[in-house]
Amino acid sequence: MSEHHTAEDIKKHVRVYINVFVALMALTIITVGISYLHLSVVPAIILALVVATIKGSLVASYFMHLISEKKMIFAALILTGIFFIVLMALPVLYYGDRFY
Amino acid sequence: MQIPYTVHPRPDTGLFNAKLGVWLFLASEVMLFGALFSSYVLLREGALTWPHGYEILNIPLATLNTVVLISSSITMVMAWASLKLNDFAKYKRYIGSTVLLGFGFLIIKSFEYGAKFSHGIGPGDSTFLAIYFTLTGLHGLHVIGGMIVNGYLWGPGSKMWQSDPERLTNRIEVAGLYWHFVDLVWIFLFPVLYLL
Amino acid sequence: MAHVATAGHAVHDAAHHEEELTFIRKYVFSQDHKVIGIQYLITSLLFLFFGFSLMMLMRWQLAYPGQPIPFIGGLLGEANAPGGIMLPEFYNQLGAMHGTIMVFLGIVPLAVGAFGNYVVPLQIGAPDMAFPKLNMMSYWVYFVGGVTMLASFFLPGGAANSGWTSYAPLSVVATTGQTAWLFAMVFLITSSLLGSVNFIVTMVQLRAKGLTFTRLPFFVWAQLVTAFLLLLAFPPLEAAGVMQLMDRLAGTSFFLPSGLVVAGQALDVSGGGSPILWQHLFWFLAHPEVYVLILPAMGIVGEVIANNTRKPLWGYKSLVYASIFLGFMSFIVWAHHMFLTGMGTVISTFFQTTTMIISIPSVIILTAFFISLWGASIRFNTQMLFALAFLPMFGIGGLTGLPLGLAPTDTHLHDTYYVIGHFHYVVAPGTIFALFAGVYHWYPKVTGRRMSDTLGKVHFWGSLVCMNGIFMPMFIQGLAGVSRRLYDGGQQYAHAQGVLQWNEFMSVAAWSLAVFQLPFMINFFLSIWKGRKVENDNPWEATTLDWATPTPPPHGNFARVPEVYRGPYEYSVPGHPTDFFPQNEPEPAKG
Repeated sequence: MSEHHTAEDIKKHVRVYINVFVALMALTIITVGISYLHLSVVPAIILALVVATIKGSLVASYFMHLISEKKMIFAALILTGIFFIVLMALPVLYYGDRFY
Repeated sequence: MQIPYTVHPRPDTGLFNAKLGVWLFLASEVMLFGALFSSYVLLREGALTWPHGYEILNIPLATLNTVVLISSSITMVMAWASLKLNDFAKYKRYIGSTVLLGFGFLIIKSFEYGAKFSHGIGPGDSTFLAIYFTLTGLHGLHVIGGMIVNGYLWGPGSKMWQSDPERLTNRIEVAGLYWHFVDLVWIFLFPVLYLL
Repeated sequence: MAHVATAGHAVHDAAHHEEELTFIRKYVFSQDHKVIGIQYLITSLLFLFFGFSLMMLMRWQLAYPGQPIPFIGGLLGEANAPGGIMLPEFYNQLGAMHGTIMVFLGIVPLAVGAFGNYVVPLQIGAPDMAFPKLNMMSYWVYFVGGVTMLASFFLPGGAANSGWTSYAPLSVVATTGQTAWLFAMVFLITSSLLGSVNFIVTMVQLRAKGLTFTRLPFFVWAQLVTAFLLLLAFPPLEAAGVMQLMDRLAGTSFFLPSGLVVAGQALDVSGGGSPILWQHLFWFLAHPEVYVLILPAMGIVGEVIANNTRKPLWGYKSLVYASIFLGFMSFIVWAHHMFLTGMGTVISTFFQTTTMIISIPSVIILTAFFISLWGASIRFNTQMLFALAFLPMFGIGGLTGLPLGLAPTDTHLHDTYYVIGHFHYVVAPGTIFALFAGVYHWYPKVTGRRMSDTLGKVHFWGSLVCMNGIFMPMFIQGLAGVSRRLYDGGQQYAHAQGVLQWNEFMSVAAWSLAVFQLPFMINFFLSIWKGRKVENDNPWEATTLDWATPTPPPHGNFARVPEVYRGPYEYSVPGHPTDFFPQNEPEPAKG
């Protein structure tokens, strides 16, 4: 976020925040609704993660102002993202290829 | 002695110290929860049976908690916006509501835990329950931590508005980053534990 | 410039303010990075010595199995060593605690907490760390973790005894000491996390004017990469620690497989967990941790070599890129510790390949250091001797690692003394020698007096001979197939008989190593009062900013906010009147 906001800017921000809030609520209802359909495991996981990712990106982009953040923060987060993916690949290593 | 760039951003990085610090801390938190999520996937993959969250857990309560936590995120960001608009009274109301909503989250959570314990169900009963209690418990600790910080910024910490308003605004911004992150973790916890 | 004026004013303010600080605020709960650095230094040196003492006890048992320990055997307590004869359970405690204390309470706090804290803000021209209160908290959280670890010796059943790796399920069913170990580790991890956030912010935000990233001293780069490793590799272990605590305290089965039988009894747990999961999460931290141990050491060696060869470090940029690459790769090699866990060929090939790749940047760094020596008129003072010895010692440690990184050879060498020899060469005559070099190098800045070179050389040559005396025979024993962590050093095994005679030799070398630390201790404490006073603020005629401060640096560090005009190692610049051209010295006026 640039440090020089006019009052007008902030008011614009506030309108965005409220829209994001409404979207988050709607997505919460959608994801709970999907769960009542009792889909089989794979589509259920994919749908739930897609919705959660959308919600998460909304929070990160707007509430945490990531959408207008500085280069240095992105560099740190990209690095973290890579190692996060490595960490999430652990189950693949574990089951993908083993002798026992 | 004065540490530079505590309030105003350093020109070449465009950041003040605390903002970079909190983002780095959140990066480490990503790896902490990442390891737990990864363990969840690994253990679930290896389990003979795995219950659907909705068979064991209370979905309506958890949905209510999701609403509470998302609401606390919007009040948090509004607290920051109010300071930017020089409206201290509004700031107090918003940051106060954030703390109260956090408290509400914990109360609802304690009902959930209480219902489990009163039925004699604990973390030792299955791998699912083990990961459920560990993840939600750790997340709950993060909520408590955030409430302590926000409570301080609502109470004694808010006196800084008189002496150094810009620094207080910065503090709310970085406390907000942490609080939104706690919300973000819940956004993933909720479907993973309850809905799948 | 307004910026300089306010900062100068601030320094004055601080000097005025300092007189009002009580003893407690100034020396105990201090927020000054230099005091905290010294606190880390003293505490971690004490832990190093304590961890070393545990090893000396173990070496008695290995050299003379079943014989009563002389002099101190009776002091260890009937529960640990009845009649002075060490029990196997106690040997296991000593082994686990030696590893834990040396790595997490000794070397990391010394390399990062002490040297990082004291030197980094000075080298980047900052008045302090970015978050002084957090810095103080890091130290005290570390301290609490250390005390918890020590206190665990007094628990029923003694300290943790499942090895420093705490492999499940053994660790989950172990005595209470393991719970204390886990709590202590949570403290230590928290301390490291707070510290690494603080370091990164300091290095990014508080660099002096003109000090761009390409002008940072190599030591600062090494610390920056280290801080990122700590930041991103430690949390998975914290998560694993929390899960193991849940297993021990709340009856969960994260790491307990179904159908586990302990002492003839089926365990009453839900089961379904995975012991291999613990290994994955543990090594996800513990492999980057190896580079946490080695990178700051390389940083120190770089500083000492540049300073004492009076030449620029050869290939500064390749050094920097190599350490960044090293840090990055260290996150994707961890499973080479786990070739024997039933891993298939595809995954094992992947990790063998990454392991071979990661040796490349290490070789680049070592080579650059060697080339820096070429054609120099070297000052052979104590710190330079230690830095020079680091190169071949780390070289041996690194090269002996290659057979361990390849699954076919690892199958034979896994969990033998060869492994112990390998990583001790990296860490003991490697990292610890570099840390000694750092102590001798920065001592005059901290105290205003030099350490004695004569005592230093006795310390160096004695340590060099003894270190090799301890660790070289381990390769021989390991190649013969002697397993590590054996209570009697392999007496019961036929295949060990041919190499058992080395045990006594290694033990004598270990005790002699302790004797050769005496000159260091005398030198370290006596020089505070008796050492030769430094003639000026820059006794080694160095170029980096840490030598541009008053000696010892006051609160707030610099008398005047420094500005940087050039790279870190401008030694022997043609046309310059002296053979060193400090970073903060303006270009002389033309004409």
